[in-house]
Amino acid sequence: MSYVAIRGGAEAIAQSNRLLDAVRALGGDQASIEVEMIERQMPILHGRVLSEGGLYHPTLAALALKQSLGDPLEAAFMLRAYRSTQPRLATTPIHDTSRMRLIRRISAAFKDIPGGQMLGPTPDYLQRLFRFDLIEEDRTMFTSLAREWLGNLPDDAVPATFPKVIDALRAEGLLAPASPQDAEPFDITRAPLVFPVPRSAALATMARGETGGLLALAYSNMRGYGDVHPTVGELRVGYLPILLPHPATGELIEAGEVLITECEIVAMYEDTGNGGKPTLTLGYGACFGHNEVKAIAMAILDRSMQAGITHGPRNPSEDPEFVLLHVDGIESMGFCTHYKMPHYITFQSDLDRLRTTQKKHAQKAEEKFHAR
Amino acid sequence: MRARRKRRPASYGFGFLDENAKKELRRALMKAVAIPGYQVPYASREMPIARGFGTGGLQITLALLGEDDTVKVIDQGSDESVNAANLRKFFALVCLGVTETTRTTDATVIQTRHRIPERRLRADQILVFQVPYPDPLVVVEANAGKRREMHGAANYARLWTKLYEDMVTFDEITISHRYPTRIAGHYVIDPSPIPRWDVPKLHMADCLYLFGAGREKRIYAVPPHTTAQPLSFSDVPFRVEDFTDEHGKRRACARCGATGTFLDELLAADSVKSYHCSDIDFCTETLKATQCAPSSKSAA
Repeated sequence: MSYVAIRGGAEAIAQSNRLLDAVRALGGDQASIEVEMIERQMPILHGRVLSEGGLYHPTLAALALKQSLGDPLEAAFMLRAYRSTQPRLATTPIHDTSRMRLIRRISAAFKDIPGGQMLGPTPDYLQRLFRFDLIEEDRTMFTSLAREWLGNLPDDAVPATFPKVIDALRAEGLLAPASPQDAEPFDITRAPLVFPVPRSAALATMARGETGGLLALAYSNMRGYGDVHPTVGELRVGYLPILLPHPATGELIEAGEVLITECEIVAMYEDTGNGGKPTLTLGYGACFGHNEVKAIAMAILDRSMQAGITHGPRNPSEDPEFVLLHVDGIESMGFCTHYKMPHYITFQSDLDRLRTTQKKHAQKAEEKFHAR
Repeated sequence: MRARRKRRPASYGFGFLDENAKKELRRALMKAVAIPGYQVPYASREMPIARGFGTGGLQITLALLGEDDTVKVIDQGSDESVNAANLRKFFALVCLGVTETTRTTDATVIQTRHRIPERRLRADQILVFQVPYPDPLVVVEANAGKRREMHGAANYARLWTKLYEDMVTFDEITISHRYPTRIAGHYVIDPSPIPRWDVPKLHMADCLYLFGAGREKRIYAVPPHTTAQPLSFSDVPFRVEDFTDEHGKRRACARCGATGTFLDELLAADSVKSYHCSDIDFCTETLKATQCAPSSKSAA
């Protein structure tokens, strides 16, 4: 008779962990993938981990992908857990993204925009056809790709900064002026969400939300469970200089830069409810890394939740509690996997209830039979 | 299990969490003890084990443990269940100097999932529960904001209605575990997925019970010598799991012979059922006692 629960757990785990590590090496004489290769050659996946992990640490994000065998949820989770061990040393001021060093910016609202449309690296107009030659890529060809591209660039190819499209809309009075930044932003890493929460809490939660979760909820709004009907005012991808107060003088200094994706969507005007001037409405999305789907989905959800707060939620995507408590990948993935753990105590209790109920059911049926 | 002392890894400090996080957890714990049964919101940190695997309990335990503590971890009543073994391995790694034990009587802090040990805990012991759903009202109200209002007004009418509807439909209250329990006459708590068998142990205990829901970011407590009443009707008493056999006889543990414990039902390959204590330490201690003094029946 087996009795597995008394001992063996620790040893089973140790062997399972060893096996998981060995899976990486089953390719035989292949070289171990270098952390820098992951960062450089899988920047989209890498950026997603940075963003969902909520910690801009490129080396650890790449290491997390290596350790997790390429699982973005697990990798983001490792970064998040590491974050819990680190103290909060300083707070940045609110950053002005017009100072971004851009690699891409587009607007779907206007044909021409101040500074011009800049396509940058995008798969949008790529025909999704295989390039079979890349299965065995020529090393010399590969190393010359970037060199040739950079070598042919004129020195003044790209301006240092670009103005923001929505600033032009604001100047014309078509969009309400930015709300004053008087309140301290809500820090979701230091306070739990107790609803209602300020918009800064919603934005921070979505900024490290899981791409697929945000997309699913935003898509429900796009399809008809909601009516945001967004126009992409501007989508930009680039490097944002990060300013931190100097520990001694308090003076702002540039500590480095982070790759981010930012999206501003504009939606149709609504009844302001207070007789104010009708203006277009705005939805905002931003995240670490190059992740346009996430930034757009986040901007749509920001807009839909603001509508929900004004008029009362009519759809899941307009309900801040529904959206914000279900988009975190670390939480949802953790709870999903936890069902694999033993639940035999609770199941035993379930059986006890069912057997007692069945017994009563049978008694009742018998009584009915005799009463006839 | 003998005490283990391990070298601290260079990159992680004692108790894993940064000191400010531990301070915040302790403040939330104090508040929870001061308002029995009230769910204190706190900024739950991400842990290196997954949400749903006991991160709430883990954070409480890490905030409690000092170098002179002795810690025990159980899951389904067993110290060697995979999750318990994994958590114990983590404590060994990040809590240098803390003694590990599998013996309930030796532990100062016990972290548990789904069970309360059979042996009555002492005043110098703390039991830390891992909680998936901190709010008993979630079965009748999905919106967290509304639930907070209901708790504030001690408005549990919809829970009572659910119990009543069960009686109408099934002639039985169908809640098998996570049985809603009223603490100190006001707040109703979800006592975590412990069986009904364990619920009476919450009432007027000598030890402190702490509950941590990491994913839902709530902490609550049942302090010592506090009333804990499972919701029931005056004509439908609360009942724990029934372990009598088809002849009306109480089943005994096939290993130690105890007849007063929560039993695991085991299915052998030939579909023959057998029953064993779920609390492995209690079972082992009972076995030892009966082997030392075979005539003594009181050990069970």
